[in-house]
Amino acid sequence: MIARLSDGLRRALDSDIFYSFRNSPLTILSAVVTLIFFIGAFFSPWLAPHNPFDVATLNLMDAFTPPVWLPEGNPIYPIGTDDQGRDLLSAIMYGTRVSLVVGFCSVAFAMVLGVSLGLISGYFGGMVDSVIMRVADVQLTFPAILIALLLDGVVRGLMGTEQHDNLALMVLVFSIGLSYWVQYARTVRGSVLVERNKEYVQAARVIGLPSVLIMIRHVLPNVLGPVLVIATINLALAVITEATLSFLGVGLPPTQPSLGTLIRIGNGFLFSGEWWITVFPGIALAVFVLAVNLLGDWLRDALNPRLR
Amino acid sequence: MAETMLKVEGLKRYFDVSPPWLNRVLDGSGRRVVHAVDGVSFSIERGETFSLVGESGCGKSTVARLVVGLYDPSGGQITFEGADLSGAAARRKHGDKQSRMQMIFQDPYASLNPRWRVGRIIAEPIRFKKLIQGGDKIKARVGELLSLVGLSPADADKFPHEFSGGQRQRISIARALAGQPEFLVCDEPTSALDVSVQAQILNLMAELQAELGLTYLFISHNLAVVHHVSDKVGVMYLGRLVEWAETRTLFGRPLHPYTRMLLDAIPDLDMSGRSRTPVAGEVPSPINPPSGCSFHPRCPLANERCKREVPQSLTVPGGAVACHAVQEGRLPPWHGGTVAAAE
Repeated sequence: MIARLSDGLRRALDSDIFYSFRNSPLTILSAVVTLIFFIGAFFSPWLAPHNPFDVATLNLMDAFTPPVWLPEGNPIYPIGTDDQGRDLLSAIMYGTRVSLVVGFCSVAFAMVLGVSLGLISGYFGGMVDSVIMRVADVQLTFPAILIALLLDGVVRGLMGTEQHDNLALMVLVFSIGLSYWVQYARTVRGSVLVERNKEYVQAARVIGLPSVLIMIRHVLPNVLGPVLVIATINLALAVITEATLSFLGVGLPPTQPSLGTLIRIGNGFLFSGEWWITVFPGIALAVFVLAVNLLGDWLRDALNPRLR
Repeated sequence: MAETMLKVEGLKRYFDVSPPWLNRVLDGSGRRVVHAVDGVSFSIERGETFSLVGESGCGKSTVARLVVGLYDPSGGQITFEGADLSGAAARRKHGDKQSRMQMIFQDPYASLNPRWRVGRIIAEPIRFKKLIQGGDKIKARVGELLSLVGLSPADADKFPHEFSGGQRQRISIARALAGQPEFLVCDEPTSALDVSVQAQILNLMAELQAELGLTYLFISHNLAVVHHVSDKVGVMYLGRLVEWAETRTLFGRPLHPYTRMLLDAIPDLDMSGRSRTPVAGEVPSPINPPSGCSFHPRCPLANERCKREVPQSLTVPGGAVACHAVQEGRLPPWHGGTVAAAE
């Protein structure tokens, strides 16, 4: 077992992908930035200087403190505070965590949904394929944000605002996931159409394996390459969609602020001079999305044999 | 008379290649159907090798796929060891019979899952059919199978891409044998390999047949290979079996004009310098096959009847042939002699 693991590790370090990673400084930089965001976000309760959700530690007298390099800055709030006196750096770390949770969950949801439907569609073909793909076509004609807005509105109407606030995260994950599954389904279907006619799949059929096992054991692992690329780029897209929805006020409530909510809150104070409340969360969002996109681009090129 | 293992009667398989419904309505065009296999009958006895030959697109691979159940027949009967296996439902009912068949594929680069280690690939039929229980025992059996096909048991830990084409075909054979089959369908198992490697694989298959008492349905377009391995040979043309006979008879006294044309096209050292009859014309499209005998546009003996009437299979000593010229006795004698050329 250990021999296999070390063998696998040696293989990974020898691989073309790792080689292209080492030779692209931009990719290494974006990987480092992404990693910093991940660590900062997921360990925020331990790493953040303050707890922005602990009302007892908030001091309204500290509200609107500017960043430390401005005349009225206070060294315990390095990039200032918002209207409630919450430390912005901590709020961004906690907010990134919320954004990332929504991002990961909705990407996972979209991926599971899209990959399963794509597999079924491509493997069985015929009527099943037509129905799934026509639904996908119709959904593609609507912008993702519109679908998310619609779903969010429906849930809000059904449950009332108060209950909605408790379930906001789930609703967001569901609506973002539902608006991005088409890409996975189409990509996977395309690859499945190629793979299912290969002889190793037919060999499995001659052995007598049932279709479900063939799809999971043989076809699925061989179509996952492109899915990985889409998932990476979609993580950035999902985070942006979440931020947009929260900015529009249909996403997460201020009690559970994501990056988008922070930008929206700060937006109100932009013209009264407290620019830092909205600018810093905005920069954080932009840098994170850029880094993840660059990683996704590199992954796409690295996995594309024609570009090697 | 030996026991009949596989019997195929009037086997048919049509493929619908029509454009989508909307296009058909807009263009006013009808359905288009390819008659890939159109009424093929033959039988294979236990322990023998039956070969199907023919040009590309004549339906020989489709027959192979129909026999192992990768396609469902559009018509006709497949009887294997006395059990009716025509259709998916019948195959499920006779699962035990179905599992006595395995297939070896043409392209050794596509027939092994690139992400699996060789050991896992070979063990898959064993695990799925629960032929052997227990990891160590399965591993031992995989090692045994690898040695049987001339590889080393240590190769089980490697990936398919670490092997050459011939070695991969050996792995493919080992996987087929893992299911403990009695009947192997080989769909052009050597056509993707170098000539020297082809001979090794063919010899391996012959050894395995002698050792394990296997029965082969061998699909090929290479007459030299077919002459080397088969007991009986069937010649296919445009979805139909035009002639079958014992190997010696077919290569010594071919009856059907198409068989003669194929044999004439084999290059031969003895006749170097002499001009040889090339295979004339192209295979017509199986979407619009010619009327009557589908070979008539290329046949030197064709007359009016051949254009009208589909020839029925005519039993002759040691085989059968479907040709009006043979039936009417208009067939010129065979110049004879190219048997040696095939070797």
